[in-house]
Amino acid sequence: MYFNVFGEKVSKGRFKQMVNAFKNRQELIAAGLTSRRDLLKLGLLSASGMLLAKHGLSARAQTATTPTSTSPGSFNLCLPGNQAASPTTRAFVEPLPIMPLAQTVPVSSLSPAPTIAPNTAGGEVRAASHQAPLLNPSMFPFPPPRVYQVRQHAIQAVQSPDLPTQTIWAFDDGFHATSPGPTYRANYGVPQLVRNINALPPANQNGGFGMPSVTTHLHNGHTPSESDGNPCDFYPSGNFCDQYYPNVLAGFSFDHRPTGDINESLSTLWYHDHRVDFTAQNTYKGLLGFYCLFNQFDTGDETTGFRLPSFPQFDIPLAFADKVYDPTTGLLAFDLFNLDGILGDKFLVNGKIQPFLQVQPRRYRFRLLDTGPSRFYEFFLTDPNHLGANNPFFVIANDGNLLPAPVQVTSVRIGVAERVDVIIDFSSFAGKTLYLENRLRQINGMGPVPPQGLVPGQVECSDAFGNLLSDILPAGQGNLLLQFRVSGTKVVDNSVNPMLDHPTFYALPDTTATPRVTRTFQFDRLNGQWSINGQFMDCNHFRFLVQQNSVENWILFNATGDWTHPIHIHLEEHQILSRNRVPPPLAVEHSRKDVTQLRQNERVLLFFRFRDWLGKYPLHCHNVIHEDHAMMGLWNVQPQGDTVLRP
Amino acid sequence: MTDLRESARRRYFPDLTLRTQDDKEVRFYDDLIKGKIVTINFFYSKCEDVCPIVTSNLVKVQELLGDQVGRKVFMYSFSLKPKEDTPKAMKEYAEMHGVRPGWTFLTGKPEDLELLRRKLGFTTPDLRADKDVTNHTGNIRYGNEPFMLWGACPGMADPQWIAESVEWMVRPDAVHLPHEHTPAHPDAPRPEHRHHERPAA
Repeated sequence: MYFNVFGEKVSKGRFKQMVNAFKNRQELIAAGLTSRRDLLKLGLLSASGMLLAKHGLSARAQTATTPTSTSPGSFNLCLPGNQAASPTTRAFVEPLPIMPLAQTVPVSSLSPAPTIAPNTAGGEVRAASHQAPLLNPSMFPFPPPRVYQVRQHAIQAVQSPDLPTQTIWAFDDGFHATSPGPTYRANYGVPQLVRNINALPPANQNGGFGMPSVTTHLHNGHTPSESDGNPCDFYPSGNFCDQYYPNVLAGFSFDHRPTGDINESLSTLWYHDHRVDFTAQNTYKGLLGFYCLFNQFDTGDETTGFRLPSFPQFDIPLAFADKVYDPTTGLLAFDLFNLDGILGDKFLVNGKIQPFLQVQPRRYRFRLLDTGPSRFYEFFLTDPNHLGANNPFFVIANDGNLLPAPVQVTSVRIGVAERVDVIIDFSSFAGKTLYLENRLRQINGMGPVPPQGLVPGQVECSDAFGNLLSDILPAGQGNLLLQFRVSGTKVVDNSVNPMLDHPTFYALPDTTATPRVTRTFQFDRLNGQWSINGQFMDCNHFRFLVQQNSVENWILFNATGDWTHPIHIHLEEHQILSRNRVPPPLAVEHSRKDVTQLRQNERVLLFFRFRDWLGKYPLHCHNVIHEDHAMMGLWNVQPQGDTVLRP
Repeated sequence: MTDLRESARRRYFPDLTLRTQDDKEVRFYDDLIKGKIVTINFFYSKCEDVCPIVTSNLVKVQELLGDQVGRKVFMYSFSLKPKEDTPKAMKEYAEMHGVRPGWTFLTGKPEDLELLRRKLGFTTPDLRADKDVTNHTGNIRYGNEPFMLWGACPGMADPQWIAESVEWMVRPDAVHLPHEHTPAHPDAPRPEHRHHERPAA
């Protein structure tokens, strides 16, 4: 029997055609027609940088006119599934949108006035009273010095000039309604309150997908449980939740009184909808944004502190998303019946398909965020005229946490919800055009294909001749995500030069403390059901109790073999002590993390300190399709914890 | 709005002819899905591993949803082995589990059930593992077709939680007050039903 990339039975003739199409492409590559220019000349490459479906060149194109949900991708020929062939769009014709900064409002403008206890009668849905002002009213005044009011509602957005206007869901701070939403410029020592109003249309006007009931999680925040945006604390349109963000360093009430541990400083956070079972649909529809947290070192001013490029002019958040558009209507489409993971064939940055950014020949800080739903990225800096060149850049932060010192790389890989902050120096590229390119080969929801050098029993990703294919695509053949147009005029650059100045940032907090308990979490798929330790997400069930102000080690164990899961744990960051019993091989992983990639056949050991706040939090896979289908569990921080080993 | 519904129908809901446990002919879209709030799972009556757990869970869900089942909510179980799941075999299976009206078991041509399984995403991308039908017995889809709201949850989840999920389809715009904030001590570990995904032998 023969199958196409959608896992559907096909005739022998059709299968032969598919294999030939694949061979054609391989031959083209073998013949040296690898450069963009060569392929463009032959008319085989579209302006978007994708190989064109010409004369049977692409096996996918012929089946792709009928969108299908049954598109698992095939390892046998290393062909992508899940791609419903969106309409053609031009690339690099529109500028990169820069999200506006969120604006505060006077607290007197909030009606009803905010209260420490949930104002249930007034339409608020919140799980408990605000812990911070009750704990320390002078450190955490109520109301706090900064107050925001955001409404989540539908907007019309143009994601490409070649597609119709889309109805998506946005955050509106009263001044701008955008998706991604306005960027918070937050500061340590300045607590803030966000009144988050659900003003989404009723469920029967969701435009084909999306659940208009929400709970907004501040991802990576050291946030009291009631303001964390727990997946179970969702509320429908017409209701609101006041979220109090203390913007305080971890340990302030325990081992680093009174202000917390400076080495736990956070910088690049993001916020996104976390509605249980519907996070994938709601974030895909637009409910996300950035939250940048500054302090006396990471100041946002390149003449002070660590002298990182100035925010927001030279410090730019970039939200990556891959999406699918209906081939007939051109409207944003979501595969409602997929439990493995969804891949798109259109790549958006800050809400636009393949935009360009005009930059000056100087250093920039980019905060790269993978918003999912399921794709991993490996970012390279590609010069189309020198495809063989390695263009190094610096990683300065992992999951938004500044590293002890910058790490020079030629590429960096992230999974859903992970962030890396990088410094790219364009000074040697004046007058040139560069691309941020994703060269990671991923063909389905399982994650990146295995790297070459397989252990027995692993799936193989091979070409028509049975040759194994690597997980990294050749330069210029990946997904060109963002075009940098570097101007030719020399400019002043006061920012730190990682190459020459050898800056250092924060030391890593000590991980030698003896854990109170070492818990094991086995991530598995049982009869198709995503599970953790054989159990499933349930808002009525807590798995275990963590003792407030204690140290724990957690073992994440991947029982799903060839799948890769980005595992996220709320409240506190962790450090990776080992991957399969050896320290993580990559320098950038010697860092604080809030999402750890649990790779193929891995056992990962993590170190945690749980401090300051009480209440419920989840751990979950952040492939949002897995997360929505129960690969999540609730735990709870209480004064007295338990020692359940496999909760 | 109707255009979107129509495109969802084309993509996911082929109007196949199926047969119920009462040997009645029904159309998948027109009779089972259109205009309805539904739960969908796949099973086979000789399955000894997970199907009985999921089915008995769903029996409890049916109890919890009360008289909404058959009026507002319709439950469907589709056969993974339609050749052996005759209407009679399915009826015996349903009776054995104490299934009440409002929950229909469906069989039909093997290629039709296979198409349905793929359309509704009871699949796995590893084509070897996909051949093992037991890998498709765990999950439950729930949805509200006219509202185009669709979700899924594990069939082995707590019936109370499954019922709550189905209630979101009935009242998607209602307030569901936050769940317990401060817990009692976690429940004792539940019985484990381990069945790793594996390729067919």
